[in-house]
Amino acid sequence: MTVCRVFATVLALLVTACGAETVTPRYIESGNPAQLSQWGQLQIRGGVLEPAEGVIAYDLTSPLFTDYAHKLRTIWIPEGRQAVYRDGDVLDFPVGTVITKTFYYPRGEEAGVLSSTYPGDGEAQPARLDLGQVELIETRILVRRETGWDAIPYRWDANQSEAALNRIGDIIPMQLDHDGQQLAFNYIMPNVNQCASCHAPDSNTREIAPIGPKPRHLNRDFDHGSGPVNQLTHMAELGLLMNFPLPEAAPRNADWNDQAVTLDARARAYLDINCSHCHSPVGPADTSGLFLEPDTPAGPQLGLCKLPIAAGGGTGDRPYDIVPGEPDLSILLYRMASVEADVMMPEIGRSTIHTEAVELIRDWIAQMDGSCG
Amino acid sequence: MIRMFVTLTATASILAACGQGGQSGRDLSGADTNYQSVLLEQLIDAQPGDVITIPAGVYQFDRSLMLTVDGVTIRGEGMDETVLNFQNQIAGAEGLLVTANDFTLENLAIEDTIGDAVKVNGGRNIVIRGVRVEWTGGYATENGAYGLYPVQTENVLIEDSVAIGASDAGIYVGQSRNITVRNNRAEYNVAGIEVENSVGADVYGNTATNNTGGILVFNMPNLPQRGHRTRVYDNDVFANNTENFGHAGTPVASVPAGSGIVINSNDEVEIFNNRISDNNTANIIISSLHSTGYSDYAVQPDFDPYPETIWIHSNTFSGGGSSPDGLDLTALKVVLFGLNGSLPDVLFDGYVDADKLVDGALPAALRICVDDEVDVLNADGPNGFENPRVETENYRCTLDSLPAATLDFLD
Repeated sequence: MTVCRVFATVLALLVTACGAETVTPRYIESGNPAQLSQWGQLQIRGGVLEPAEGVIAYDLTSPLFTDYAHKLRTIWIPEGRQAVYRDGDVLDFPVGTVITKTFYYPRGEEAGVLSSTYPGDGEAQPARLDLGQVELIETRILVRRETGWDAIPYRWDANQSEAALNRIGDIIPMQLDHDGQQLAFNYIMPNVNQCASCHAPDSNTREIAPIGPKPRHLNRDFDHGSGPVNQLTHMAELGLLMNFPLPEAAPRNADWNDQAVTLDARARAYLDINCSHCHSPVGPADTSGLFLEPDTPAGPQLGLCKLPIAAGGGTGDRPYDIVPGEPDLSILLYRMASVEADVMMPEIGRSTIHTEAVELIRDWIAQMDGSCG
Repeated sequence: MIRMFVTLTATASILAACGQGGQSGRDLSGADTNYQSVLLEQLIDAQPGDVITIPAGVYQFDRSLMLTVDGVTIRGEGMDETVLNFQNQIAGAEGLLVTANDFTLENLAIEDTIGDAVKVNGGRNIVIRGVRVEWTGGYATENGAYGLYPVQTENVLIEDSVAIGASDAGIYVGQSRNITVRNNRAEYNVAGIEVENSVGADVYGNTATNNTGGILVFNMPNLPQRGHRTRVYDNDVFANNTENFGHAGTPVASVPAGSGIVINSNDEVEIFNNRISDNNTANIIISSLHSTGYSDYAVQPDFDPYPETIWIHSNTFSGGGSSPDGLDLTALKVVLFGLNGSLPDVLFDGYVDADKLVDGALPAALRICVDDEVDVLNADGPNGFENPRVETENYRCTLDSLPAATLDFLD
């Protein structure tokens, strides 16, 4: 009894004192671990959530919009293995790779209200989340196993200490302060099967795959704490990426929000990351004949004067996907500016309108020449 | 018919909120709200060969269902006994979305989804049997677009099912191959049954009534697959006179109320042994994309908008054509046939591919043949509808019968 108690006390001390600091990233070969912490990818230390040792945070040139949520993305590749660079596709990751994406919001000024932006000067360090300042919603794991990629979602608990496996999804009522506007909406956490709505970009194989870690999305700088460095270069220097040329030789999408680049580059980057995983010649939305990949030529495939196919109420009584010069006659813009479940695009992943992107696409269509005759 | 289209577009916009909507629909006061999470888990854990059975009862869902595993059957205890109701749906573009092969859905109902009721996107060997999809508040523009909606599938059987109230098509098979749609009932949809850009379809034994258009065989441009070879036979297609409550801009928005069977830009279509009656615009319409929204700029260069190799024979016709939809068709009827007259049973918009004419006529194999004792009206679309005329004799011919779709995949 006494021995047991002493042992238990020592164990508890160990856990308390060192538990968080001894987090080690793990590859779990099968099954659905019940707790996010079992993966050892993220650690909470001193009220801060951050990548564990050896786990690399990254960001995208232009990110997918998810109701103004912020996202902490990480990649971990097991010791001794490497990803292989592929120019136009997701990096070829080795078995054992674990990718995480944590959705969170800065806390707003009122209790129960979240914010789309940090108060004051904004984020100090992108890969270190001060849990006094943010609320964690969910963390999604993509793990490369022998059989392919698996998607495993976790929902953070109320006291923000652990995230538990949640396969059937959730509907989370949310109050969000965005730019002084109060948005009330249901944040939708998809169920496991719905991961395939976006993450099965080839409708023939239907294999689950990451979307973000393509060269054109990764080819940008990130500050890991010792100054900005190109993310692909960083991975290559760590010995985790083979066959990487130079950043200059790799494709790069624009930052959709960067006013310094052309409207066309910004719009195409936005449509790429938000739409092209379905709207490609092999994607599940090839049924529509609308392709929104970065290299789709400007023509009917990109929606110009293209008749809708099975849009139903999604047409908004408009004639073509894009009518050059006429954003208010363009179905594509109508569907971006809607939150009706049978109208909005993307079909899942948002419950709010990305007002700033709607403006971008509006401007992009407005400056197009030509007409549909 | 371009003018008809324009007229209809305006009408559709004005009527954008039309229908019987506002009726309350199914009463959910006793509905089961706990079963949703059970079924979601079952769909996630499903393994090939599994049969997911859903007992009798009314179940309420607030989000869409999705299945991604091959070889699964979802089975209820009857289309009036096992009811999955989505009246309180918050999220999801469908009721049930399936991306899997060897899928069977049978003996249940899916009601009141925000968007499509059942969408099967891709997959081989798809069976939908004894399923009712319905918007229980009556037909309305706000209803979901499609009832039963397999797209890019191969080997499809839809039978003994019911589709009511879809704001686009009740049963819609798109971009698919080897299709059988039989013994179903489609009522109060914009399109009762629609086969679009599909190859090898048999549509028989169905009842299509009270839709805007009963049975449609369409081809649309800019899609991965062009359709041809559809047999429509032994169907009852009557009184499809419900106002067009679809959304403007959709392909079905150009369908006039009162259309029995409509062929648009499709080839190799055989329509026989049907009982077609009392469709107030026309019992059969044959048209080209030229009439329904063609844009030279955007249509793929190799798209063929001309309906060719169409054979209509051995059908029974009665009534119809007496009260066409839209001012242009009404005026046409009054001018040619008088106030109390009717449009002929077969209405053709008149577009013919000039490049294929030999000595001013289409080669025999490409013709439109109407071998029933009914008249054919050529609306003279290519000449701005200047000289619409009855020219029945030009269509008196026969073609070869088309091969049947197969059901070899069933076992």
